[in-house]
Amino acid sequence: MAEPKFRVCLCMFWAVCPKDDFQEELVIRPLHSGDIYASFQFRTLWDTDFMRENKVSHYRLFPKSLGQVISKFSVRELHISFTQGYWRTMQWGQPFIPSPPGAELWVWFQDSVTDVDATWKELTNVLSGIFCASLNFIDSTNTVQPSASFKPLGIGNVTDHSFLRYATLPREIVCTENLTPWKKLLPCGSKAGLAVLLKSEKLFHSSFHSQAVHIRSVCQDWQCKTTSWELRQTVNSVFDLHNSGQAKREWSLFKMFSRTLTEACPLASSSKLYIDITDNPQGEQFELSPATSLLSQAVVLGDRRTFSVYDLTQETTFGSVRSLNLLIRWKSNEGEMLRPLLHAERYVAGYGLQTGEIHTLMYNNHPYRSFPVLLLDSVPWYLRLYIHTLSVTSKGKDNKPSYIHYEPSKDRVKPHLLEMLIQLPPNSVTEVTVQFERALLKWTEYPPDPNHGFYVGSSVISSLVPSTVAMDTNSTRERPLFSSFFPCKEESSYFVRIYTEPLLVNLPTPDFSMPYNVICLTCTVVAVGYGSLYNLLTRSFQIEEPNPGLAKRIANVIRKMRGVPPL
Amino acid sequence: AEWIHRFSLPTCPLLAVLHNENTNFIRIIVSIAGQFFSSGHTNNWAVLVCTSRFWFNYRHVANTLSVYRSVKRLGIPDSHIVLMLADDMACNHRNPKPATVFSHKNMELNVYGDDVEVDYRGYEVTVENFLRVLTGRLPPSTPRSKRLLSDDRSNILIYLTGHGGNGFLKFQDSEEISNVELADAFEQMWQKRRYNELLFIIDTCQGASMYERFYSPNIMALASSQVGEDSLSHQPDLAIGVHLMDRYTFYMLEFLEDIHPASKTNMNDLFKVCPKSQCVSTPGHRTDLFLRDPGSVLITDFFGSVRKVELTMDAINLTDPIKQMEENPVNGEEQKEVYSYADQLPVSEIIHQKPKQKDWHPPDGFILGLWTLILLVFFKTYGIKHLKHIF
Repeated sequence: MAEPKFRVCLCMFWAVCPKDDFQEELVIRPLHSGDIYASFQFRTLWDTDFMRENKVSHYRLFPKSLGQVISKFSVRELHISFTQGYWRTMQWGQPFIPSPPGAELWVWFQDSVTDVDATWKELTNVLSGIFCASLNFIDSTNTVQPSASFKPLGIGNVTDHSFLRYATLPREIVCTENLTPWKKLLPCGSKAGLAVLLKSEKLFHSSFHSQAVHIRSVCQDWQCKTTSWELRQTVNSVFDLHNSGQAKREWSLFKMFSRTLTEACPLASSSKLYIDITDNPQGEQFELSPATSLLSQAVVLGDRRTFSVYDLTQETTFGSVRSLNLLIRWKSNEGEMLRPLLHAERYVAGYGLQTGEIHTLMYNNHPYRSFPVLLLDSVPWYLRLYIHTLSVTSKGKDNKPSYIHYEPSKDRVKPHLLEMLIQLPPNSVTEVTVQFERALLKWTEYPPDPNHGFYVGSSVISSLVPSTVAMDTNSTRERPLFSSFFPCKEESSYFVRIYTEPLLVNLPTPDFSMPYNVICLTCTVVAVGYGSLYNLLTRSFQIEEPNPGLAKRIANVIRKMRGVPPL
Repeated sequence: AEWIHRFSLPTCPLLAVLHNENTNFIRIIVSIAGQFFSSGHTNNWAVLVCTSRFWFNYRHVANTLSVYRSVKRLGIPDSHIVLMLADDMACNHRNPKPATVFSHKNMELNVYGDDVEVDYRGYEVTVENFLRVLTGRLPPSTPRSKRLLSDDRSNILIYLTGHGGNGFLKFQDSEEISNVELADAFEQMWQKRRYNELLFIIDTCQGASMYERFYSPNIMALASSQVGEDSLSHQPDLAIGVHLMDRYTFYMLEFLEDIHPASKTNMNDLFKVCPKSQCVSTPGHRTDLFLRDPGSVLITDFFGSVRKVELTMDAINLTDPIKQMEENPVNGEEQKEVYSYADQLPVSEIIHQKPKQKDWHPPDGFILGLWTLILLVFFKTYGIKHLKHIF
């Protein structure tokens, strides 16, 4: 940074206390299919040291619950996301912050942690309480330690992967109970600023909704001699045109969020609203009202995009009605979407409940450049992979990966981990197939609804995709938050991470009423069979005289009195 | 001049600051304060459990959420409520209005709301977790929001709903809790001094069977139906497609909507909720284990919350206004280390990554057995005299 920023510091005592800063922004990008993509980012920066001996006790903008988590568990980086829906790369392009369906948590611990697994278990329990999610189901059966993917997004020179843990829960449901504690972590809560737009009834009535928390260390200034902690809270939503019951193609803040903006968060140093107008330079595709003269250009995701900017810290943005309701009205439907250079699919092939095949397809849509991708697959232990059937083919020919790391699973202890570095040839489809066999679980291990199926987490594909324009590696200029999430080391390519669909496989399910049936049947057979046999063996027969008539009985009585043998 | 904050009855936060002159006022306030703790409890907890899974059991989740809503409205904070929902109805893909759970047809009342915290959800709602929450025997890493941190001055409201039968309640279609287990859990709570008074409400078929076996003191129980009767649901909503609430809880919610934190309504009114004409089943209640007379027990003793009250007679001096400080430019020494961001995909580094050394483990049992077999066969065939050549 050229000039230092002026930051106010609230202190009880006349001592220097660490400086913190809060910024919020909302990016709205109209999508080609008529849907609209809204991405919120709230960033809190704090120059403090959580790892020092005496604990940090004065929290201002940074939420105390997360600060205590960082210092107690010696966390270097923490990324947690909750997503409902699947991001459709071909129709919507690339998201600013990618996330897989369900819940995903990956953490880098500090070097000082001695028992990473125990700390991981405690951390997941604490986070499940903070976010009201079932993160306590994360245990050794779905945690992996990637060997090459998920390098730290913050600063750090040491990358010993034994301090990294990655887990995903594809079944996790996201609802208002996850959004409520998330909103409480913001400095202004949901009372002021951009967070007033986060109303659950509209956010969850969307095609895609993802909320995430990212904590990492970043450079404080261009010299990068000191670091500060960065907390980013992001919400990405895609609203469906037809779902929201509209006839013509027209979007406004009120239609998307059922609220309008009235003020910026007073604690924010910057509060901005960006609208992507790259496809609309002269205003021929859609019309934006109220008009704004602020324009900004940013290189993001390998493309130079132009944005109309509304600065919410200025009073004039809100006009005379003191509220900002952005309106985007379409005039024409033309325009081609920029085809994403990399996208992926995954599906299960095969029939029956014994075997199957997992197919992962990766598409490289660049006409002449090839680039490497790192594929990370974490398959639960109950799908027994036959790694000798693993095949990677591009354009019909075998494509040998330059790096393969495979950790076999152990029943009920850990899942399979497969990482491969594959070079994708230009303009091609690469297919990775591996066969598997389904295991029969013990009858107590089945969930209450086993016929729903079992989820296999998304594959993660990390890649350096060649960029059409020169990427901005200069991290000193003030950049909008959406363009500074992934660090950029070189100009010719940008880092992207995409997630495939999660798989839903059926495991052979027993009939849970069978124990009862077996007990009834066995007891009946035993009772009838053994009972009859016992009777046959032990029953003895005696001859019994039939009862004599009345006359004979009187005669017998008289003969007895006479002392004569009876008749 | 003297000035008093307005205070109302037990469930409102209260801080009375008085001027020293009028001691009569002080006496009145102290006597009113004495009434605050007449019931003997100092804090309130609520454990609300919905035990049914699947979309057609929407009404059980709506039941639990409507009690949650009432309890929150009357003052119990989220930190004192343990809410367990076995399935997610609000964001279920079959729900035509996501993030909402309605209690009345025509979608009048959204009991889910915008500020809800569910502590146990989905597969976590099991008999074991429920009993652990009640008895307090949770693993050490369980977060506070999932614990029932009650003490011997807590009044606890326990509400269960789901499918039940004579003597049991079904959890998630795969396991059951019996009335004996429940009674024993309450006895454990009594012996560990985890409650002052307990109100147990159950809305299932044959619900009265669940409180038949209670034997611990200070428990009052209500059920929606007697043994042999079924609890019926209220009305379906044609837009959502399922029944929205059960009759007993529906009328109880109507009754609770009229209660406010200062109400004087007592338990006898709660026993009259939903007579046979409205409910079709006969609600039952049990008060023989309860020491106080139900007529003197306020509804807010269980559904509302007592707040911590501090009475003071002195004026309090506030500290000096907080002054904002300008930032001092830090003049530290030049640090030698320059940090940098890690390379996200260092291709050459990854390709030349050496495989990490695995820890050496002693050979597995199979290998040991195999080698023992080979050695035995060798010495059997060639004789023991060859041993001296080895050693």
